[in-house]
Amino acid sequence: MSENWLKVGKFDDIPKLGSRLVKTADGDIAIFRTSEDEIFALRDSCPHKQGPLSQGIVYGKKVSCPLHDWKIHLDTGLAVAPDEGCTASFPVKIDAGIVYISLDEKKTEE
Amino acid sequence: MKEKLVLVGNGMAGVRTLEEVLKLAPDMYEITVFGEEPYPNYNRIMLSPVLAGEKTIEEITLNDRQWYEDNGIKLVTGKKVTNIDRIKHKVIADDGSEHSYDRLLIATGSKPIILPLPGKDLKGVIGFRDIHDVDLMLEASTKYKNAIVIGGGLLGLEAANGLMQQGMNVTVIHLLDRLMEKQLDDASAKMLKSSLEERGLKFLMETQTEAILGKNRVEKVKLKDGTELDADLVVMAVGIRPNVDLAKTAKLHTIRGIVVNDTLQTYDPRVYAVGECVEHRSNTYGLVAPLFEMSKVCANHLAKHGIGMYQGSVTSTKLKVTGIDLFSAGDFFGNENSEDLVYQDEASGVYRKLVVQNNRIIGAVMYGDTIDGSWYFDLLRDETDITDFRKTILFGQAHLGDSGHGEDDRVALMADTAEICGCNGICKGEIVKAITKEKLFTLEDVRLHTKASNSCGSCTGLVETLLALTVGGDYSVAPHLKPMCGCTDFTHDEVRGTIKRNELKTIRNVMDFMEWKTPDGCGKCRPGLNFYLTCAWPDEYVDDSQSRFINERVHANIQKDGTYSVIPRMWGGETTPKELIALGQIAENHKVPTVHVTGGQRIDFLGIKKENLPAIWGDLSKAGFVSGHAYGKAVRTVKTCVGSEWCRFGTQNSTQMGIDLEKMTWGSWMPHKFKLAVSGCPRNCAEATIKDFGVVAVDSGWELHVGGNGGVKVRATDFMCAVTTTDEVKEYCAAFMQLYRSEAHYLERTAPWIERVGLTYVKERIVDDAEKRKKFAEEFWFSQKFSQDDPWKARAEGVDAHEYTPIVSMV
Repeated sequence: MSENWLKVGKFDDIPKLGSRLVKTADGDIAIFRTSEDEIFALRDSCPHKQGPLSQGIVYGKKVSCPLHDWKIHLDTGLAVAPDEGCTASFPVKIDAGIVYISLDEKKTEE
Repeated sequence: MKEKLVLVGNGMAGVRTLEEVLKLAPDMYEITVFGEEPYPNYNRIMLSPVLAGEKTIEEITLNDRQWYEDNGIKLVTGKKVTNIDRIKHKVIADDGSEHSYDRLLIATGSKPIILPLPGKDLKGVIGFRDIHDVDLMLEASTKYKNAIVIGGGLLGLEAANGLMQQGMNVTVIHLLDRLMEKQLDDASAKMLKSSLEERGLKFLMETQTEAILGKNRVEKVKLKDGTELDADLVVMAVGIRPNVDLAKTAKLHTIRGIVVNDTLQTYDPRVYAVGECVEHRSNTYGLVAPLFEMSKVCANHLAKHGIGMYQGSVTSTKLKVTGIDLFSAGDFFGNENSEDLVYQDEASGVYRKLVVQNNRIIGAVMYGDTIDGSWYFDLLRDETDITDFRKTILFGQAHLGDSGHGEDDRVALMADTAEICGCNGICKGEIVKAITKEKLFTLEDVRLHTKASNSCGSCTGLVETLLALTVGGDYSVAPHLKPMCGCTDFTHDEVRGTIKRNELKTIRNVMDFMEWKTPDGCGKCRPGLNFYLTCAWPDEYVDDSQSRFINERVHANIQKDGTYSVIPRMWGGETTPKELIALGQIAENHKVPTVHVTGGQRIDFLGIKKENLPAIWGDLSKAGFVSGHAYGKAVRTVKTCVGSEWCRFGTQNSTQMGIDLEKMTWGSWMPHKFKLAVSGCPRNCAEATIKDFGVVAVDSGWELHVGGNGGVKVRATDFMCAVTTTDEVKEYCAAFMQLYRSEAHYLERTAPWIERVGLTYVKERIVDDAEKRKKFAEEFWFSQKFSQDDPWKARAEGVDAHEYTPIVSMV
């Protein structure tokens, strides 16, 4: 993998069970942190009506959209069944307490 | 090695139990299923629509063969288990083969009762129980003309209707003078009979069959009075009885059914039984809802979780004849101590009867408009005291003024294109299709798949009716006590009680102590727990912002485009030129796109970007404004009129009363939004009688009204009491709010809460008992010491800055 890692910021600046926003030229990306301290990155736009997922409630490996309560899988960006839809997800990694993101979308098998 | 679980009886109850077991303990058992019929599990209650040509067998299949394969279950069809060796733990089939078990589940269902009439074994004489019977009926309908159905009960009428739909000439013979005598009273049975007659069914009431005549195949039916009727097909639908053959052979204790205890175990603890074959506390059941309730409990014990008791079910019935709305539940004949409440309008084809004892509903029958069936059924099961609304109960659950679905309530008659859910634009046809295609049985399932009734909820009754109509009335109603959410089996009340009793002071503590099923809850339970803890430990609990819905987390209301609205408090709805100038200046400085006046007498700035919130709040704070909490499950506004200060009709200073109440209550977190109003006279210009707490000034003092709201289901307040002094108003208000805060379920507004507990219950605590009132009021005032910090000022000064700024900008 030849991802182009970009520095996001300190892992500690993302609240547990919360999210922070990364502004990019191609739109906003939300970085989520679970209770297990895993991190995920999704396009900040619900597949339903483009609600800002970064503002939702995080639980398990899911986030519920603040507009109409759709649930989205953090790892794949897929809507939790029976809803159908997908938002883009991006590779992230933590290195020495610093979070990095690649802006090459992950491929999700539908 | 895995333990072996054997299921005898491949029907709905048995397979549902397996599904529940697989959910709880997917790898615990090696499972084998024996089914006598050559089909996988299908929805037996949908046989009537198959007969009527409205559904196909594929459409009513619940678990196809692939499902058994996918779950590693061995399915043996066409073999009959004839005995159980309970000492060696083996079942024995009719071909002599044996199969050992560690646990055995019997779900052999029931058998149709065949009357011992001469000629009962002739060709063309059948019961109505399985796909085979339906096939025979469908085949007969293509070759023959005359059908006789013996039995005018639920099953008989559904069979008769189906055969008529297939073009046969159908006569129903019924022993009694009333159709569906187990489900209907005289009046409703008559209405049903005449509407079925209009469709072309013929009835012979109070008639007994003597013999079935014919050489090889049935030719005639002879009645007791000597009359002979032409018959090419006879369907016996006089009832069903639990199928206990296997249990009897195996010497398990049976009476009418296989006797089980509250954990669904037979007298042999290794052998469980569920479904129609079971007798529990002297009751047998033939409807889906109780079977599913049994399955849940049984699976829990099979999975060795060891909690859950089956305590019996109250059931309701609906007839699955398209176009006929009919509902009955409980004991609708009553006894010498009960009374009947009756509403009858023959011209419109509407009839409803409630049987009431000690001011509690014990039975209900409805014909025509059955939209309130689920409400009456809830009141019946919850044993709700109806004293407070007895006078209006027959008119239904205050549909007057409901918005979103007009006055359409005859669900069965609605066109497929009729819109049921006005919020999400879901039509009747879509919901019916989802119920059939996705095999949905509960309201929650329907909400998940279609979104119908998932937003404002005003069409819940319609959706429930549609569900009942589609899967048959015996659809699985919500359990008696609802768990807080899917993360736990405990109810709201149990959770609140445990928090207090065991002094649990963080969300983590609650989840650990009460063994939450998910690692960190969900978007439903976490906000609820956060509120319960705030309410229980006002001076100690540390708010968990990640468990708050976005609006409360950032103290502003999210809009459809992701921007926010900002509504500062305006005490009692009164303002000054200086404040207005400041607001105008701030709006202009921040280029606020839209300024709007709200229904609660406030000024609303719309279209604020999240990152600009702290700056605008800083300016508002400097001008003396605090948060209006228009975004929260909290005290919203106190609306007032100008009262005796200006109005020529005003009797008291309502504006000052409103300002005082708002100063006392602002900042308080509530189970849901909470609105107040004070009107200066009974003309009620401040609309106090549709508020959670409304005060109406009269010449002698103040009237206090509670439990109102506008919105989807408009509800006018109930009058609580009248008081004379300002201090009394404050004390009663504080006490009422604290009672509601500490006992209502999260997201339950005062209106449904009062309808659930009863006005009398509230009055006993707030009006009749001065000591209790004082205690509640003191608790409220104590908790207010910790909630009257302005969240806007704090955030303007830097609190939670991470909420309002991106972690990085790569633009």
